[in-house]
Amino acid sequence: MTQSTLYAPQEPVFPRKVSGRFRNLKWWIMAITLGIYYITPWIRWDRGANLPDQAVLVDMANRRFYFFWIEIWPHEFYFVAGLLIMAGLGLFLFTSAMGRVWCGYTCPQTVWTDLFILVERWIEGDRNARVRLYNARWDLKKWRLRLFKWGIWLVIAVATGGAWVFYFTDAPTLLTNLLNFSAHPAAYITIAILTATTFLFGGFAREQICIYACPWPRIQAAMMDPDTITVAYREWRGEPRRHSAEVKDGAEQGDCIDCMACVNVCPVGIDIRDGQQMECITCALCIDACDDVMEKIGKPRGLIDYIALSDEPAERAGQPPTLVWKHILRPRTIFYTAIWGAIGVGLMYALFIRTDVELTVSPVRNPTYVLQSDGAVRNIYDVRLRNKTGDDRTFHLSLTSDEILRIDLEGADGLRTVQIPADTTILQRVYVTARANDPAATIAMTDLRLWVEDIDTNERASRNTTFNGRDQ
Amino acid sequence: MSDRKIDKETGVETTGHSWDGIEELNNPLPRWWLWTLYACVVWGIGYSIAYPAWPMISGATKGLLEYSTRGQVASDIAAHNAQNEGLVAELLAADLTTLAPTSDLHRYANARGSAVFKAQCSQCHGAGAAGAVGYPNLLDNDWLWGGDIENIVYTVNHGIRNDTDFDSRYSEMPAYDDIFENDEIAAVVEYVISLSSTEFDADLAEAGVDLFMDNCAACHGDEGLGNRDLGAPNLADAIWLYGGSRQTVEYTVRNARYGVMPAWGQRLSDEDVRAVSIYVHALGGGE
Repeated sequence: MTQSTLYAPQEPVFPRKVSGRFRNLKWWIMAITLGIYYITPWIRWDRGANLPDQAVLVDMANRRFYFFWIEIWPHEFYFVAGLLIMAGLGLFLFTSAMGRVWCGYTCPQTVWTDLFILVERWIEGDRNARVRLYNARWDLKKWRLRLFKWGIWLVIAVATGGAWVFYFTDAPTLLTNLLNFSAHPAAYITIAILTATTFLFGGFAREQICIYACPWPRIQAAMMDPDTITVAYREWRGEPRRHSAEVKDGAEQGDCIDCMACVNVCPVGIDIRDGQQMECITCALCIDACDDVMEKIGKPRGLIDYIALSDEPAERAGQPPTLVWKHILRPRTIFYTAIWGAIGVGLMYALFIRTDVELTVSPVRNPTYVLQSDGAVRNIYDVRLRNKTGDDRTFHLSLTSDEILRIDLEGADGLRTVQIPADTTILQRVYVTARANDPAATIAMTDLRLWVEDIDTNERASRNTTFNGRDQ
Repeated sequence: MSDRKIDKETGVETTGHSWDGIEELNNPLPRWWLWTLYACVVWGIGYSIAYPAWPMISGATKGLLEYSTRGQVASDIAAHNAQNEGLVAELLAADLTTLAPTSDLHRYANARGSAVFKAQCSQCHGAGAAGAVGYPNLLDNDWLWGGDIENIVYTVNHGIRNDTDFDSRYSEMPAYDDIFENDEIAAVVEYVISLSSTEFDADLAEAGVDLFMDNCAACHGDEGLGNRDLGAPNLADAIWLYGGSRQTVEYTVRNARYGVMPAWGQRLSDEDVRAVSIYVHALGGGE
């Protein structure tokens, strides 16, 4: 009786240690990205007495986002949207040029998995020792090694979740509160969730996250084309593989000696010689492993290499491949770079023309105008004034118009100035009046511009609006 | 059982159903699914004990936690009231004539008053406080009974021509339908129109001067500027509560008009009266 089933249990993966230039590059990237992640919340940035001094802070409670010298208010969320679009386009650009470099080098899943495997190798030994331990009985030694490993993983996981919450409130204060158990439950819950996901994803799920949970591999597959530089096996050079039995035949041999080094180092457990695969995150560790072997047997490096598939016909014919930059510089990547740059320039422009003084005007249209006892016509405007500086400021309001109009501020006794505390927004009721027989009172509509000026710095901003007369 | 059918390919029992020779395997439920179901059952039992769940004759079981959404709302409101206790006490103690418009207390009172206004006042005075025919516009600078904060508080508290409040603002214009002849009424109307308009019949208005002085000026003043102590409108300004056409003025002279307003002091708390007064005062016309 045959058992026909489509289910296959997960094969555990035990990546072997490897060294080489790509491995070194990945160590550096891991150090830099983890460094940025853990250290950033602790960088201080002096913004004066009224504002937080944390360089990078997502202050949800007060609806502010601080990034060094930049402060984003909720109505400026387009900066965040623009950055997200740039991040997306950046991924498109890198994927069409160099395949899944994001996955192989900088994705948090890859970086933390690398870190967890480093710990695993330090405690349990390299690939063969780990396979032995995996198959061994659960004796005292196995328990000891496993518990030690899990303990270290847990420390890393707690630090990961812990670092995340520091981005959302003052880090030194929160750390103190966390340690004496007086922090908000949200902090503990967030740390607990991120600790659990880091521990599980980095320690146990690993490549299964990439294969089953992450949508990005599918999207990336659609973005690669024959000119994309990607990790591949030069099958035309390596095949037929040199098995010891065939050597005696004296038949033609490829460069591949079927040593399985490329398979043993693979963190997703595939054989790159089978061609491009959905599982491959292009971490390039198989390149390091194979180059090492090629050097030992006196063959040229690059049996497994970063190559573009469009070079295959030329390489088969013995010609040199197209230069790398020619693969990378093509209309598609230039287009991505151009719109990425355009959005970047647009955001920078928006950032530099931004003022610390802002107003928005919402004309009160219930009623459209108010008739005064002397026949004058008054319009009311709800003006939202923003003081984005770290100091209390005095703003002066004025208007410009082709017609004669008078501006008054509710509660301001004719001075037309209003005090605005640091880093706040207030709603000021503003009255604009036209005398009974002036044109603005009699015609239907008059254009006007409301100005706000910081009387200390003379920084100012304006908004256009309209004035309704009696002739509605 | 003897009639168990086993599928030859997989060795799994079949349900015995067969469609065109295709048989249905009777695989057991996956363990994780089954355990999730059991966990949900346990959760459900615990939930129905802890929270209101089982319908009874006069309502559902209360649950051990005695939770109710109504109670939740009540406790939310109580929490907010407790939070605002200090501000409310300040509001009740404050001298409203000197309360700075930029103060936190003023902002709180204005926001609170806005809510009171929309719930209680907007039905007559309009959501934007622009009023309607017969209901004064609260945005302009024309006040029947006075537009400073103390007068507004008094009006809100005691209402206008309100029988239930002894201190209510009260005045009554006579209906001149039975007192004047028709030509006298026409003359008085023309004179009243002439106080605020340039388009009138000078002779007819002239004929109304003496009638006005004898009958109307006692309340409306010799120059028709009104009298706030009596709630008598200013007849010389551009604002008409019931409209400024000859027909409307004539109707008013013949029949008189009595706007009324509830005495909100009977229905609202002191802090709400003060808050809504501050709100109205800050709408643009406050004096």
